[in-house]
Amino acid sequence: MSVPQDRRYQASHEWHKLDGGEVIIGITQFAADELTDITYVSLPSIGKEIVAGTPFGEIESVKATSDLISGVSGQVVAVNETLNNSPELVNSDPFGQGWMIRVRPTDPTQLDALLTAEQYQRQSAAH
Amino acid sequence: MKRTALYDAHVQANAKLVEFAGWEMPLLYRGIVEEHLHTRNAASIFDVSHMGRIRFHGPDAVALLDRVCTRNIAKLAIGRCGYSHLCNAEGGILDDVIISRDADQLIMVCNASNRPKILAHLREHAVGRTVTIDDQTEQTCMLAIQGPATLALARAHLPIEFGDLKRYAFTSGEYMGMPYLVSRSGYTGEDGLELTLPASAGPLVWNYVTQPGDGSRPIVLPAGLGARDTLRLEAGMPLYGHELDESIDPISAACGWAVDLSRDFIGVERLRRIQAEGPARKLVGLSLEGRRIARQGSPVLDGDRPVGTVTSGTFGPTVGRSIAMAYVDAPVAIEGRPLTVDLRGERVPARVGPLAAYKRKE
Repeated sequence: MSVPQDRRYQASHEWHKLDGGEVIIGITQFAADELTDITYVSLPSIGKEIVAGTPFGEIESVKATSDLISGVSGQVVAVNETLNNSPELVNSDPFGQGWMIRVRPTDPTQLDALLTAEQYQRQSAAH
Repeated sequence: MKRTALYDAHVQANAKLVEFAGWEMPLLYRGIVEEHLHTRNAASIFDVSHMGRIRFHGPDAVALLDRVCTRNIAKLAIGRCGYSHLCNAEGGILDDVIISRDADQLIMVCNASNRPKILAHLREHAVGRTVTIDDQTEQTCMLAIQGPATLALARAHLPIEFGDLKRYAFTSGEYMGMPYLVSRSGYTGEDGLELTLPASAGPLVWNYVTQPGDGSRPIVLPAGLGARDTLRLEAGMPLYGHELDESIDPISAACGWAVDLSRDFIGVERLRRIQAEGPARKLVGLSLEGRRIARQGSPVLDGDRPVGTVTSGTFGPTVGRSIAMAYVDAPVAIEGRPLTVDLRGERVPARVGPLAAYKRKE
């Protein structure tokens, strides 16, 4: 299983991609596969301040409900509204069209503390 | 962990395998929703070999089952299958089973997780009776083919004779020395067949069904326990460990139709009392607004007042909405009654509906 090299990861399977000073957050293919068919994604509203290490939303599949946890603190500047009606995009394209939120980070160096693609891959392969 | 005779077939079909009641079983192959919809639209094959298969024979076989089952087994016709509960003395449900009555034997299919408990219970009540209890689970396998295309396909392609089999009827036979039992039954809300075979014959039949010899595109595709769960939930069928357990009685569980209170069986006194007084809570179906899914344990509220608990929930792939089953206080167990379900702090509006959100067209 390959994961994109252009982003940072958490052990809880969220990816974080730096894009023009903002951070786009989603979940990995591994997580989407584990959850099975995703039926609902609950995301924060634009403007909300989120805190690294705490849940910013929830994701539900036919099998389970899980928290979505950000690796960075900051303000939500965009959310993927398409997921309201098409949550299955998280299954089909988790690293692209299945993105979840865009955050203006208070401290972009928080990203450096997250897992690299290689570290994440090694860790999720150990499952 | 135990493996069924179909383990290699599952691996070959790229199954995602999980532990279930001590067995390594396929959760899914291609995706739960896809497998669910394929079952409703065409046909799927499920490996259900983990379920317990217990054979009874001897002069007291019927008497033993009549004593432990809520259903009248003496009245079950030869060649028919019947759904029944087994209760403890307090009327709590030990298991829900299907009994098939043959001329010289009876077969009970029980839940995998309950097999040791049920075997012990049966052996305890067999003392002093002339009956042989033979656990055939591990030398046999069980395949369920479910979906509207099942019967026509099985008639055309399977080397088994089942004639004009009625719903909840079964027949047995032999093919090249291999004994089989085939019943027109299932756990998906669709028409279908369940086959019991020697374990060694399982992979042959599985491959025969899923890989047509003429190279045509297969119609019967494998489906896993994930789809089995969403299918049974849409069809309003209870699952032991969710809707049924030892703290619940068959009357409250909306299974009174499988109980004959006119005769003597273990737990009957308590069940007569519950029937006379009316159950305090009842199993109902719920239809939830929005896409969120209720889970086992989610509280059900009437205004701010807790009135029940969800036992199972999913987003029904065929009905296209969030559905659940729940035990609620009898006064609110009325179809159409608006309630709310607390989903991790969010109160989602719901409405009491029939247990089955989905009914197939005959």
